[in-house]
Amino acid sequence: MSGDSRFLGLFYLSPYIIGLLIFTAVPFVASLYLSFTNYNLMDEPIFIGLANYVKLFTNDRTFRKSLWVTLVYVFTTVPLKLAFALFMAVIFNYKLKFINVFRTAYYVPSILGGSIAIAVLWRYIFADVGLVNMGLNLLGFESVNWFGDPTNALFTITLLRLWQFGSAMVIFLAALQSIDRTLYEAASIDGAGKWTSFIYITLPLITPVIFFNLIMQMVQAFQEFNGPYIITQGGPLKSTYLLPIYIYDEAFKRFDMGYASAIAWVLFVIIMALTLIAFWSSRHWVYYAGDKRS
Amino acid sequence: MTEHVLSHDPSTVGEVAGIRAREHRRHKAGIMLRYLMLAAVGLLMLYPLIWLIGASFKTNSEIFANPGFWPENPTLDGYIKGWQTSTPYSFGTFFLNTLWIVIPKVIGTAISCTAVAYGFARFEFPFKKLLFASLIATLLLPNVVTRIPQYLLFRDLGWLDSFLPLWVPSAFAGDAFFVFMLVQFLRAIPRDMEEAARVDGATTWQTMIFIVVPLLMPALISVCLFQFMWTMNDFLGPLIYISSVDKYPVSLALKLSIDTTEAFEWNRVLAMSVLALTPALAVFFLAQKYFIDGISSGGIKG
Repeated sequence: MSGDSRFLGLFYLSPYIIGLLIFTAVPFVASLYLSFTNYNLMDEPIFIGLANYVKLFTNDRTFRKSLWVTLVYVFTTVPLKLAFALFMAVIFNYKLKFINVFRTAYYVPSILGGSIAIAVLWRYIFADVGLVNMGLNLLGFESVNWFGDPTNALFTITLLRLWQFGSAMVIFLAALQSIDRTLYEAASIDGAGKWTSFIYITLPLITPVIFFNLIMQMVQAFQEFNGPYIITQGGPLKSTYLLPIYIYDEAFKRFDMGYASAIAWVLFVIIMALTLIAFWSSRHWVYYAGDKRS
Repeated sequence: MTEHVLSHDPSTVGEVAGIRAREHRRHKAGIMLRYLMLAAVGLLMLYPLIWLIGASFKTNSEIFANPGFWPENPTLDGYIKGWQTSTPYSFGTFFLNTLWIVIPKVIGTAISCTAVAYGFARFEFPFKKLLFASLIATLLLPNVVTRIPQYLLFRDLGWLDSFLPLWVPSAFAGDAFFVFMLVQFLRAIPRDMEEAARVDGATTWQTMIFIVVPLLMPALISVCLFQFMWTMNDFLGPLIYISSVDKYPVSLALKLSIDTTEAFEWNRVLAMSVLALTPALAVFFLAQKYFIDGISSGGIKG
């Protein structure tokens, strides 16, 4: 396939190229422009320079609170979820009967977790007299005020995401199963225990997958919307008011499109910066098999 | 060491047997421990769902009084009254709307992503590297940045309060994840059959439809299933674009029912939540192989 196919490839790519321009590239640039304007949907956008950003960082307590809550949410949820997913994957990585039944069961929350029905369920099970408190009472503990207390409220949102660790676990499991068994045998002949083998063989070999999961989970966690929107409505005291909800409110409730775009860009820059840091640092800790560099 | 074993020293043989037996017991204990952990964590994770199903058949007074699964006085009240909703429309309308969003979107995704993946995996063309890099960049680009201008675009096109904003971007291979997954899959398939077909005079178009698509089928099914799930679960898209209640999908209708209902009619909300989860659960159990394969090979988000 050569010669005539020089532009044939572009023909097959044409839906993607058109879509990329219309739905991604142009909106991407437009949103940067909008962030420098005052635009309420009715009148034309008015260019106001950096005024939106100045207001964000000097005169907007909601933004500061929302940014802080978002960072706390992401930096607790993502490491906890990855650690738990890896821990369970290690337990799974064993010749057990019915392993597929368990794996399926663990994967169900990942399939359903993003839905509104589950967010609704969360409201019920963490209510004052909900399932969780009923369970705590049965075990002899006091009820916890889940939605009334700022720390607890954020924790319920974190739990919703932790509950969906199955997809990350399946990816870890696939990586664990692809590790050459003879490496462990060799290590055990040399006297290495299970823990030593895990640290020096397993972890280095699955770093590419850890890296992949880390980036994906982080980008998603920064954009969490459904959970806090339905379960806690951002409250109490804005303790679960994540940036995507703030952006939504500014854009589609107050119709302040320029200001909302500025917040979106701050969020974007944070995500990009962290992604770049992860990519940059990956050369020091991610090991690719067959790569001579490491 | 070998000599040692060969010498058949009785004490060593006994020792080895002892160690073997101990290892065997430890091994068995380890397996039991693993089963126990898996079962305990699994039950803890799934109990909210199990409870939800039971609770949807409970009376309103029982929901917040009984942590168990079995309803004391089972009732279909939640389902019957919940289905009717407080709006002029029933959940039947909302389910049809969801279906009407999902099906064209899945079809558009399947067709466009297949063509684009075929282009990426089988052709050389100018700017290929750059375009592939753009695919990876879109993969990592948070939607939150493009959402507002997209909304303005669809407003100017007069598409607000229709399903077009939900359908059209996917029909242009807008979900980079799926393209990426299909490209990875295609790269692993040998080209012999395609080249044979080309030698026999098939056009690239025919080659794609008759040779590549059948080979690509497992990955393509995964793509369709994931798109189905995500669209069923999508809330923010409809929230932004759909404003008339008669066009609401199930996700928006559920949100409406917790806002307006019937503040104390808990079983209606729970019953409708069960129904909302059913299609996704059914599809998952029927086709779980494709989900697990899709996620572990293509590396899909979830």
